Amino acid sequence: MHELSVTESILEISLRHASQANAKRITHLYLVIGQLASIVDDSVQFYWDIVSKDTIADGAILHFKRLPATLECQECKHRYTPGNNSFSCPSCSSDQVKVISGDEFYMEAIDIEP
Amino acid sequence: MTKKVVVVEKILSTNDRIAAENRSIFDEAGIYALNLMASPGAGKTSLIEHTVKRLIPQINLAVIDGDIASNIDADRAEKAGALAIQINTGGECHLDANMVNNALGQLNLTGIKLVIIENVGNLVCPASFQLGTHKSVLIASIPEGDDKPYKYPGMYRGVDALVINKIDLLPYVPFDMAYFRKGVEILNPGLITFPLSCRTGEGLESWIDWIYQCTLSKNL
Repeated sequence: MHELSVTESILEISLRHASQANAKRITHLYLVIGQLASIVDDSVQFYWDIVSKDTIADGAILHFKRLPATLECQECKHRYTPGNNSFSCPSCSSDQVKVISGDEFYMEAIDIEP
Repeated sequence: MTKKVVVVEKILSTNDRIAAENRSIFDEAGIYALNLMASPGAGKTSLIEHTVKRLIPQINLAVIDGDIASNIDADRAEKAGALAIQINTGGECHLDANMVNNALGQLNLTGIKLVIIENVGNLVCPASFQLGTHKSVLIASIPEGDDKPYKYPGMYRGVDALVINKIDLLPYVPFDMAYFRKGVEILNPGLITFPLSCRTGEGLESWIDWIYQCTLSKNL
């Protein structure tokens, strides 16, 4: 599980942006996670409650926006979200496909009380 | 009254920054660095032993070994002839840039041309943490099964080379090489692969040659 170090980074980033905005409290965090990024929401939430304790982010609510991955078939140019067991193109069954997106993992925004 | 603050920052930006620092350390010292990743038991340490033994006459190299506990791997690398240092992560499932940064501070890098970092055995987490190496290498092994690219896409996405170890076991275990390679090709088109066996030595030559050429390219 690497969610502990990930959660510590989330705290560090949110505290830094909150302090730049002279915030007294952080109430919500908005995170974006691509389908191909290996991050488990529940674990991040679990660690969050521990690492955010006694900071201005204590009690802040985490929001996870899951982005589906997009693959593009190099034969027929069909764009699709891959299923669980196959990455092949559902339209023409080709395996010549390119990953367009799905690796995202970033913090979009935070809500603060000034 | 709450206010929205736009952040848009990669979660692992701090790690990425330290990774960039590590890269500068390697570059300034004229060192080529590899991040070797695999599941536990795929043959990371065996491959390192073979690589060290074959390269040590020509290239001075150091091995940084990451494990949750013990010095077993660093001892093996050292016995093979490398300068070796063990990082015990104490439960963390991967090496991060900061741990490597600390290890670099403890190594005498004078004369070293190649650093191989053996990551913690794990097919999930190491992929997310850049260490500052020039290349990332994944070792897959035949007994793990042919479905690993489909199950651990993140790992296969981010690497620059793939070693397929234990090919001597192909006659004994079900492993559909075409299915395996199909998954790899989709996730990482054109990825260079080295099918080999650390036990029989088959295929080791092209792997050793590849590392050797990579290291030379840094020292031209």
